[in-house]
Amino acid sequence: MAAQLRVYRQRIRSAQTTKKITRAMELISASRIYKAQARVQASAPYTRAITRAVSAVATHSNVSHLLTTEPENVQRAAVVIFSSDRGLAGAFNSQVIREALELESLLISQGKEVVFYLVGRKAVGFFAFRKRSSIRDWVGITDSPAFDNALEIGEELVAAFSKDAAEGGVDEIHIVYNRFVSMLVQTPRVVRLLPLELVEGVDAVEDKSTLPLYEFEPDASTVLDALLPAYIHSRLYNALLESAAAKHAATQKAMKSASDNADKLITNYTRLANNARQSEITQQISEIVGGADALATK
Amino acid sequence: MATLKVSVVSADAEVWSGEASMVVARTVIGEIGILPGHTPVLGVLAEGEVRITLPGGERLIANAADGFVSFENNELTVLAGKAQLV
Repeated sequence: MAAQLRVYRQRIRSAQTTKKITRAMELISASRIYKAQARVQASAPYTRAITRAVSAVATHSNVSHLLTTEPENVQRAAVVIFSSDRGLAGAFNSQVIREALELESLLISQGKEVVFYLVGRKAVGFFAFRKRSSIRDWVGITDSPAFDNALEIGEELVAAFSKDAAEGGVDEIHIVYNRFVSMLVQTPRVVRLLPLELVEGVDAVEDKSTLPLYEFEPDASTVLDALLPAYIHSRLYNALLESAAAKHAATQKAMKSASDNADKLITNYTRLANNARQSEITQQISEIVGGADALATK
Repeated sequence: MATLKVSVVSADAEVWSGEASMVVARTVIGEIGILPGHTPVLGVLAEGEVRITLPGGERLIANAADGFVSFENNELTVLAGKAQLV
C-alpha cells in the first residue's frame, strides 16, 4: 500500500519536472516567433522591389536567359528540403520530409532522376538513417538564418543548374519548406525555383501597364544576368526565414500540448495518490478497530 | 524644389528611406546621377557608394555591394544584398 503511494508520488514529481522544462521551452519559442516574424517582415521590401524589377524586365524585354529557359527534356531534378536543426516541433520536420518524398515519387514517375540538397540537421539525420545520399547538406543555420546562408545555397544551386545533366548538373530545382500561415498552422509548400517562372510577382499581381518601361544600365541582358541570381537568393532567404518562423511556432505548439499533457498526468496521479492514501488510512483504522475488538472480547 | 523618394534596402532590412533632391550611384559602367523626373532606369551597381543629397543640401552616403538601382515614378530604390549608411 505505502509502496503504491510512493510510486504515484514519484510519477507526480517527474511529470512536474517535465512540465517545468516544456513550459520554459514554450515561452522561449513564443518569444522567438516574434523575432523570426519581424525578420520576415524586414526582408519584405527587398523581396518586393526585386520581384517588381524582375517582372518589369521580363515583361518589357525579350531577352532569354539560361535561368528562365525550360530545358527540353529534364533528366535530373533537384529537391531542396528545408528542415530544422532541432526537433521537439511536432510534425514540423516529418511533414516537410513527407511532402518532399511525395514530390520525389511524382518526379520519378515523370521519368526524372531525383537528387537532394538538405538544409537542417533533421533532414540530414533522416537521410543518414535510411542510408540515402544527398549532394550537399547545410546544418546549423536554421535557427536564425543570415542572408549569407541564402547566398551560399543559391550559388551552389545556380552552379548545379548551369551544368548539363550529363556532367552532373540538374535541369530543375524544387524547394520544399514549411510556410508560416499562423501561430497554429504551418503548411509545407513546394515551389519550383528553377527554371524561373516569370509570372508577375508571387504576392502582388499587378497590371502589366503599371510596370515601368526601364532604360537599362548597361543593357538588358547584363541587368538580367545580375538580377535573376539576386532574385533566387531572395526567394531562398525568404524560404529560410519562413521556415525558421514556422519552426518556432511549431515548437511552441508542441511544447504547449506537452505542458497540458503533463498537467493532466499530474491531476490523474494526484487523484490516484489520494485514493491510495485514503485506502491505506481506512485499512489502518479497520486493523486498529479489529485489534481493539479482539482485545475487548477477551 | 522637386524631390524624389529614395529607399535604400538591403536583404534583411530597409536601411534608409526619405526624400532627396539628387542621388548619385555608381553602376558597372560609370556613375549615374538621378534627379527628380528622370526616365525609368534599372542599373547594376558596382561596389561603391551611393551619394544621396537631401533637400536641405546635406549629404548621405550609403555603401552598397552587389545590388541594383531602380528608378520609376519618381521613386528610387537602391537594392543591395548588403547596404549600410556611412
